[in-house]
Amino acid sequence: MSDGGHDHDHQHDHGHTHDHGDDHAPPSDEDGALTHYQMLEIAMRELLIEKGVITADEVRAGVEEMDGRTPERGARVVARAWLDPDFKERLITDGPAACAELEIDVSPARLTVVENTNDVHNVIVCTLCSCYPRPLLGLPPSWYKSSSYRSRTVREPRVVLEEFGTLIPNDVAVRVHDSTADLRYMVLPQRPTGTENMAEAELAALVTRDSMIGTSVVAAP
Amino acid sequence: MTATFSTGERVSVRQARPPGHLRTPFYIRGKQGEIERVCDEFGNPEELAFGRRDGPAVRLYRVRFLLDDLWPEYAGADADTIDIELYEHWLQPAKEAA
Repeated sequence: MSDGGHDHDHQHDHGHTHDHGDDHAPPSDEDGALTHYQMLEIAMRELLIEKGVITADEVRAGVEEMDGRTPERGARVVARAWLDPDFKERLITDGPAACAELEIDVSPARLTVVENTNDVHNVIVCTLCSCYPRPLLGLPPSWYKSSSYRSRTVREPRVVLEEFGTLIPNDVAVRVHDSTADLRYMVLPQRPTGTENMAEAELAALVTRDSMIGTSVVAAP
Repeated sequence: MTATFSTGERVSVRQARPPGHLRTPFYIRGKQGEIERVCDEFGNPEELAFGRRDGPAVRLYRVRFLLDDLWPEYAGADADTIDIELYEHWLQPAKEAA
C-alpha cells in the first residue's frame, strides 16, 4: 500500500488467504478507520502520559478495574436486601451508604434503588445516552445502548418487556426510570417463592443482570 | 438553596428549544407530571458542557408522568408511569385544567 490507501481487492501477497470462517480470523472491529472521538481519546491520553499527569499503568489499571465490575456485585446487594429488611430500608433511602456496608464503593454514582413489589414493576433506561449503574452491574449490554431499546422503553415498555420474555400483568404498574441526569438506578427484584431456606450466597446466585435492569424478573429455583 | 417545588406538587415542563447540551428530552417538554422526590443540587450540565464550572448549582427533581399523558396511543395499563430527572429551571407550576 505504497500510496497510503487501502484497496479492497484482496490481492495480498503475504502467503495466505483471509478465510473469515476460520477460528483464527482476526476480529474485524479493529479494521476500520478510527472515529473522531477515538482519535481524540488517543491524542489526549498520549499527551497526559507524555506530560507526566498520568501513567500508562494507571490507565491500564483503570480499565482492569472497570472490566472487573460484574453483576455479581449487584446480586450481593439484592440478596442482602432480601434477607435483612433494615438493610433494604437503608438501601432505598441511601444506596451508596448501604453498598458501603458491603464494602462496595459505588461512587461517584448517586445510586437510587427502586423496588419491585406486587403492584409495581420497575425498568431502567437512559434515553439520552447509556447511563447505567456500572459500579454494581459492570458495563452495559449492547442492547441497553441501542436506539431501539432507548426510544421504545419510554414509549411502549410492556411491548419491550414482552420481547425480553417478561410479561407484566395489567394490574401491576410498569414504572420506567429515565436516567437523564445525576442519579443512577438499580432495580431491586422480588424474591421468588421457594427460596425461604436459602442462604445469602445461594440467593445471590439466583439474581441476574437483567432482573436488576428490570427487563426480567428473578425466576424461582 | 431551598427547593421551589415539593413532593407531590403538579408541575409542567417548559416547552423550550434552547441550543446547547440539554438533559431534558424532547418527549417530556410541555408535559405535566408530579414531583416524585426532591434531589440534591448539582452543577448545571448546560454550563458544564462548555467548561463553565463556577456557576450556581441547580436543584434536581424526579418527576413522575403517566405514560397515558405522554403518548396518546399508549396501549399499556392506566397506572404505567415514567420517572425522569429534571432540573428546576425546566419546571413551572402546572396550570389548573380548564
